[in-house]
Amino acid sequence: MSELRPPTRLKSVALRKAKSAAFTGLLWLTGAIAMVPLVLIIGYVLIKGTPVMSGAFFTQTAPPPGMPGGGMAQAFMGTGLIVGIGTLFSVPLGVLTAVYLSEYGRGRLATVVRFVAEILLSTPSIVAGAFIWAVVVTTMHSFSAIAGSIALTVLMWPIITRATEETLRLVPNDLREAALALGVPRWKMVLRIVIPTAGSGILTAVMLAVARGFGETAPILLTSLGNDFINTNPLQPTDAVPLRIYNYAQSAFTQWQSLAWGGAVSLLAAVLVLSIGARILSDRQQRRLG
Amino acid sequence: MSDGLDIVGLSAWYGTDRVLADVQMEIRPGQVTAIIGPSGCGKSTLLRCLNRMHEELPNARATGSVMFGDWDLYAPDSDPTDVRLHIGMVFQRPNPFPTMTVFENVVAGLKLRGHYDRVNLKERAEQAMRQAGVWDELKDRLNKPGGRLSGGQQQRLCIARALAVEPQVLLMDEPASALDPISTQLVEDTIVQLKNEVTIVIVTHNMQQAARISDRTAFMLRESAERPAALIEIDDTRQMFTKPIDKRTEAYITGRFG
Repeated sequence: MSELRPPTRLKSVALRKAKSAAFTGLLWLTGAIAMVPLVLIIGYVLIKGTPVMSGAFFTQTAPPPGMPGGGMAQAFMGTGLIVGIGTLFSVPLGVLTAVYLSEYGRGRLATVVRFVAEILLSTPSIVAGAFIWAVVVTTMHSFSAIAGSIALTVLMWPIITRATEETLRLVPNDLREAALALGVPRWKMVLRIVIPTAGSGILTAVMLAVARGFGETAPILLTSLGNDFINTNPLQPTDAVPLRIYNYAQSAFTQWQSLAWGGAVSLLAAVLVLSIGARILSDRQQRRLG
Repeated sequence: MSDGLDIVGLSAWYGTDRVLADVQMEIRPGQVTAIIGPSGCGKSTLLRCLNRMHEELPNARATGSVMFGDWDLYAPDSDPTDVRLHIGMVFQRPNPFPTMTVFENVVAGLKLRGHYDRVNLKERAEQAMRQAGVWDELKDRLNKPGGRLSGGQQQRLCIARALAVEPQVLLMDEPASALDPISTQLVEDTIVQLKNEVTIVIVTHNMQQAARISDRTAFMLRESAERPAALIEIDDTRQMFTKPIDKRTEAYITGRFG
């Protein structure tokens, strides 16, 4: 038996190894293909966008049509203002909703709240924008940064709620029981034990929501309108980076088009930094609770 | 000397499933009372009823009385948070707070209840850690994260945390079942030393452990899934392990089931 078998067995082993190598190669290939769009986008945007990036790009406002120079300072300021206020609104709302759902919500109300958050999460952003236009812009009789912030809040709130609820659920129940058994009231247990333990997870949720806020165009378009000049009054029409890209990209002037590419580079960089930061934080969180 | 507990007609439910029926039991002050019985016999449920932790689980509730001195812990105006100020608990799995250092863990109960006097906290921490037998091991690592210790050290840290708030009764739910023999020995030493100062109720799977450390032993049994668990017998530990009155206790202790 042992005299006959070895050759066939060797052959089958070699065949299996070859098959295995072929499939592994195939999987590597599909993995690489998945990377291609990202690499192409980043590469293309960098090639088109970096030449325009200079000191002036960040410090000067919109150039007149057809003129060289100028920058997007008003758009950076505006995005900061709109997303900043939106974050101020959506973080407390989102975290509190998540705490309610994870720590208190047991009955029908919790189911309803969770369902509403789920619906909001998949609401098209243009719908959020149109809604806030109808409710806020028309009643205030003006486009404004604050209207944009409220529209962004509608989008950021459910993101923060969902992601925060998930991290809060990762906090072991043992820790809640340990705190309660020490005679600590429930609200204090949540505030001093559960939320700090989930800490970096909550920060991750906020970063993801802020990244989303940076990139949203449609809701800002209908609420903040845009502005060629720097505006720091939340009640006035305000510019934003994605809005400016949208406007410049369709223009006939090459300088405006290259400014749009520069804006794209800045947005991409901000979103990448936030996403990578969120990734690092959530890895650290997993390890600590692991 | 602390007060004991007098359990009167205590029943516990999960939803509509009555898991514990009409328990009458006296926990004598300054003694160690062990609760033994096979898995699922309701011993942890009974223990968790004694500081009203049972009702923290979804759909769980309990009825009856637990008298602590002349305070009925289940009276309508009795606040579970107050109950737990006096009756502490150590869990089966070590559960130090991962965001806190060793020192912060020990004084967590004091701090979360609003005692901020730093010197006093240090004294209390040292005292509690000595009682729990971790002071010598951890006194140089007070500022290290509590989650980085070995399992045995974590559990003794949790015992120190429970003791730092100076409870009159300490409930321990299989505190050594996840520990190695040496750590188990240290936990048992702690229990024996704490006797007279603190009333201890310990749930254990380990009958030798019950025999070694307890003054009195209670045997619980759930005879079928349809019927709730009940207290079968409670007596002096020596009596229970040599001449139990109930046949079922004898069968369990001699290893015929469970």
